[in-house]
Amino acid sequence: MWTFSRFADRVAAVVEDGTEYTYATLEEKGQALAEVVGRRCLVFCLCSNSFGSLLGYTSFLNHHIVPLMLDEQLDRALLDSFLQIYKPDYLWLAENKAADFDGTVVYRDCGYALLKRKDESVFPLNDELALLITTSGSTGSPKFVRQSYKNLEANTKSIVEYLHLDGSERPITTLPMNYTYGLSVINTHLAVGATLILTDKTLMQREFWNLFNEQKASSFAGVPYTYEMLDKLMFFRRKLPYLKSMTQAGGKILPILHQKFAEYAKNEGKEFVVMYGQAEATARMGYLPAEIALDKCGCMGIAIPGGKFHLIDAEGKVITSPETVGELVYEGDNVTLGYAENGSDLAKGDERHGVLQTGDMAKFDQDGVYSIVGRKKRFLKIFGNRVNLDETERLIKTQYQDFDCVCSGKDDSMEIFITDETKIKEIQSFVANKTHLNFSAFHVHYLAEIPKNDAGKVLYTELSKLC
Amino acid sequence: MSNMEKYTKAFCQAFEIDEETAKKLKFQDIPAWDSVGHMGLVAQLEEAFDIMLEPDDIVDLSSFEKGQEILAKYDITF
Repeated sequence: MWTFSRFADRVAAVVEDGTEYTYATLEEKGQALAEVVGRRCLVFCLCSNSFGSLLGYTSFLNHHIVPLMLDEQLDRALLDSFLQIYKPDYLWLAENKAADFDGTVVYRDCGYALLKRKDESVFPLNDELALLITTSGSTGSPKFVRQSYKNLEANTKSIVEYLHLDGSERPITTLPMNYTYGLSVINTHLAVGATLILTDKTLMQREFWNLFNEQKASSFAGVPYTYEMLDKLMFFRRKLPYLKSMTQAGGKILPILHQKFAEYAKNEGKEFVVMYGQAEATARMGYLPAEIALDKCGCMGIAIPGGKFHLIDAEGKVITSPETVGELVYEGDNVTLGYAENGSDLAKGDERHGVLQTGDMAKFDQDGVYSIVGRKKRFLKIFGNRVNLDETERLIKTQYQDFDCVCSGKDDSMEIFITDETKIKEIQSFVANKTHLNFSAFHVHYLAEIPKNDAGKVLYTELSKLC
Repeated sequence: MSNMEKYTKAFCQAFEIDEETAKKLKFQDIPAWDSVGHMGLVAQLEEAFDIMLEPDDIVDLSSFEKGQEILAKYDITF
């Protein structure tokens, strides 16, 4: 995946206490770790924005060991169920968490430990399979996207090209490594010999901004909610002379914020790049070039280099006229192999053959610039994480069988309707815990009865009138 | 309601916790106080005391205790 020796003396990563790690270190330490693993197999990576986490991920990918990327804060019951289903050979996790799991620590480095489990190559791995990453937040579904080496290389190359990335970049982490957008920041910058500033601090913390300045961060990435927070923090008043660019993905940003940040960028000689992607397309499919960020405010953009967009109507016919809504279809080498829902799926090959029906409804204007207008499937983006509404309903109904429940809402705000008045608070914390998202995104309402038509189908339009 | 009561209530409401938990709380001690929850807390405090917090104060608001020091700058005494 990467040839770190090209940048041997350059700094690959700097962490919160100022410690720097060169590309040569990343290469040597990665080699040593891979030798202990010894063969191609499945490893669960419990990720944080730390050097240990980065070391494991890059080592595995560079040595054809397959990492399955998870948040180290993931709900333990959920993690246990994933371990049951996928039976990885190893866990790569923070050293101080290793004692919580069955197995033997066989290697330690940089605060992380390699834990050998009793399972050994239970499921065969397809030769093309590079890594597994979650798509639907973590609503309890064991569904992962299967990304290939070709996918990662193609998407990395394309992103480096359209964002004009080079070795002088110093991105600061604002997203988790187990999140496809966060991972793409790492993948692309390591490909050009740039320096990652690794931190788990959030932009709501003084330490984050101190690090930002001390380490001269040149870029950051954000989901729509990140930009709402920055707006509240009067980001525009901050003096950030080293900041060159800001990127946005993970859902549609409010047009008013799009405009504000694009204007700020223009006035300050920086770039603001709105982008579009999905884990199913490795990371990225579209972007709005910075030079038209203001003219095309609210738009998603054009296909990335090497990719193509088109729209299809309900019958699957290609739409050729502007301003006509249809489902967005993407073609490119970064379209992933498919999903895995259980261990035996890891042997599967390419099921998509370079074509992805995105499930997003879109249109294009006279200039061929695309806008996202809605979704075909029932899911919301909550703080950048895809949360499927049907899955959430199932999750609640499985746990609570004595009352009815339906979910609807809009991005960053899910409305949950239940028919038991006494369970409002409980359901809110249940869903927040299961999705590992802040509880304030979930609003639970009591209804005596869920509105349904004669055929028993939920009348979602009726529900939307109630909140 | 005293300032202390108003202040504690803002924490309780922002994170849906009891007073005892609130009084010992630091950023990221509980899942509810992440960066998203922080925005909620700021909104509660601004409403309770009819103030607008400066960005520097927002990022310094790292614990229940620290918040009281910060509010002192806005002439709110405990």
